[in-house]
Order: sequence, then structure tokens, then C-alpha cells
Amino acid sequence: MSLLSPKEVKLLTNPLNIDNPITTQVLGICSALAVTVKLKPAFVLAISVIAVLTIANVVVSLLRNAIPNRIRIIVQLVVIASLVILVDQVLKAYVYDISKQLSVFVGLIITNCIIMGRLEAFALGNKPWPSFLDGLGNGAGYGVILLIVAFFRELFGSGTVWDYPVFENIGLYSIGYVNNGLMILPPMALIVVGIIIWIQRHYSRELIEK
Amino acid sequence: MEELLNIFTKSIFIDNMIFAYFLGMCSYLAVSKTVETSTGLGIAVIFVLGITVPVNYLIENFILKKGALDWLLGDAAASLDLSFLSFIMFIAVIASMVQLVEMIIEKVSPSLYAALGIFLPLIAVNCAILGGALFMQEREYSSITEASVFGLGSGIGWFLAVVGIAAIREKLKYSNVPAPMRGLGITFIATGLMGIAFMSFMGIKL
Repeated sequence: MSLLSPKEVKLLTNPLNIDNPITTQVLGICSALAVTVKLKPAFVLAISVIAVLTIANVVVSLLRNAIPNRIRIIVQLVVIASLVILVDQVLKAYVYDISKQLSVFVGLIITNCIIMGRLEAFALGNKPWPSFLDGLGNGAGYGVILLIVAFFRELFGSGTVWDYPVFENIGLYSIGYVNNGLMILPPMALIVVGIIIWIQRHYSRELIEK
Repeated sequence: MEELLNIFTKSIFIDNMIFAYFLGMCSYLAVSKTVETSTGLGIAVIFVLGITVPVNYLIENFILKKGALDWLLGDAAASLDLSFLSFIMFIAVIASMVQLVEMIIEKVSPSLYAALGIFLPLIAVNCAILGGALFMQEREYSSITEASVFGLGSGIGWFLAVVGIAAIREKLKYSNVPAPMRGLGITFIATGLMGIAFMSFMGIKL
């Protein structure tokens, strides 16, 4: 007896690869990329989104038989907005610096399409436990992309990883290497994601668009 | 006047919602397949941003801010700070304003209503709209005129971006793009390149 049935494992692992919310479902790109200049804020935002998405999925799934169909969007928005207020207050209390760096992007988790999308597509039609796993899986799939993008942008843009000066320590600067300032600018986030999509689709051919 | 013009150009070109902050990317990617639909959505975004930002400005300054309730409750409210409620207030205002705008347009101009069609209700969950309200709060504009100009400018910037990428994508259909890049991948790269082009406006001050 394993803890999770094969179907439940799929719920967790599919979003990490072939059903990734960002590269395949095209959800939640909105507020994500602007925080990927450094790993730390990206990590904090990823954790916040995982928390909000998982809890919102469970709450909406518990309420799914009580919500009238016509007003479901506003009910979902209220659930999400209350959770985001909680997250925002926690961030302000414990990691104030990073919460200042994230500025409006914590609030923008409310309109992050990935959360609305998963609530509509999954939580409204499934029991709480699968919804929990779905939320966790999709949140993680989103976080992974965020961290990959942030890793490359921080490495090439500032020469550091998690504020640890990698390039300086291996002596790249002394032989004339210069940080690529373009990586810090917003457009490069889009190009890095474009390249990630390219690599992913090169290996998972079934995702290629006609 | 100069200040207003400055905010206007800044919000269109330099702090462009798409290229500088990636706001509203979901609908930007979803509807930019043809120029026609993207024009419709773009106009709807200008409209809604132009209305919700000033309304949220009033809410922020007369209800939520620290001491903002003075006009109603007198000195008793001087230490009342409701700004932690701003997310839920803003999103409620946006959702209801979108509904209201939809009803008004339907009554006043059925042709515009038919053109905007399904896009109007979708806008309630467009990050660019909430983003506009939150940036307005963060940047602390000093008057409602400034806030409205900022809202309108951001909307126009979003409109330019979405129509531009739609035109590029229509052309791209005839290009020989590597198979794994087709569709989403090349759109990302093209948006990135457009963003770099828009960066040449950086530092412009009127």
C-alpha cells in the first residue's frame, strides 16, 4: 500500500512537466516574471502562490456543492482575496524587505489566472483531497519555472546565486568577464521563458502546435 | 499640466503594463491571434482602466488610508487604518464596475457592446486592471486627475502592445519557425524583442 494511488501521483507530477501551468496551460504568467530578477523574491512568491492555490483549491472544493453557479466567480474571488490578504500580512511581518521588493505582485496573486483557472477547471468538480494535490502540483509547476528563470537571470545578470557571488569566487571577473546587464531588464524574462518552452517542446513532441 | 503629460507618456511607454511589468499577459497571449479581436479587448481595457483607477483612488483616499475617514467620523478616526482591506475592496470595485460598464454600454451603444462582446466580463480578472489600482496606491498620486491620466495611459500602453503583437503574429503564420517554437514560444520571444524596443523610450522626461 502506497500513500498515494497512481492517479494521485499523476496529479502531483503532471504539472511539473507535460501539463505545466506556465509553458503548456499558459496560465499565471501575468504577475510571475517581474519578480525573477533574483532567486530570493522569486522563491518567496512561489511559496506564497503554492500556499494560496492549495488552500483555495481545498476551500472551494469543500464549498463546491453550496456555491450557486451564477455567482461562483465572485465567491472564488472573495476566497482568494482573503487568503492573499493573509499571505501579505504574514510576509510583511516576517520578511519585510522581500515583501517591499515584491511590492504590488503579492496583491496580484488574486488575479493570477492560474488560481482562477485551477479552481474553475478542477476544484469545482472534485473532492478536497485530489484538489489539494492538484493545487500543490500546479503551484509547484509554477514555482519551478519561476526558479529556473530567476536562476539564469541572477547568474548572468548579477553574477550571483541566492546572493552568493559565484562568478567572483571562481575568478571570472579578473579575466575580464562582465555581467550581462540585459538579463536584469524585464524583456529578458520573456525570452528565457521562450527558450524554456522551446527546450521542453523539443523533448515532448506531443505539445508542438500546428 | 506638464506633470500630467509626463505621467501620461510615462505610463504608455516607459512603465508599459506588458513590457515592464508583464501585467495582463494571460489575455494578451490568448486573444492576440488576430488584430481584430485584440483591438476589441484593447479598447475594453482602456475603458475599464480609465474608470476603475479613479474610483479606486477615491476609495483609497476617502475610506482606506490611515486617517482617511476623518471627514465622516471626526478625530475618532485619526488612527483608523483600513489599508489591509485594500485588495478585497479593489477587486470588488473592479468586478462591480465591469458589470456596471457592461450594462451601460449595452444600453447606450449596442454596436460597441457587440464589438466588445465576451471580452468585457473577462476583464474583471485581468491582472492589468488590479495592477493599475495597486500601482496607483503605491505611487501615491496627488490628485484624482493624475490617477485618471495614469489609468488611461496604462490602458493605451496595453492596447498598443496587444495590437502590435497581434499584427506580428498574423505575419508570423507565413514564416518558417522551428516546430517546437511555433505558437507560444515564438510569441514570447517576439514580446521580449518588442519590450527591448520599448526600452529605448526609457529616461524620456517632458
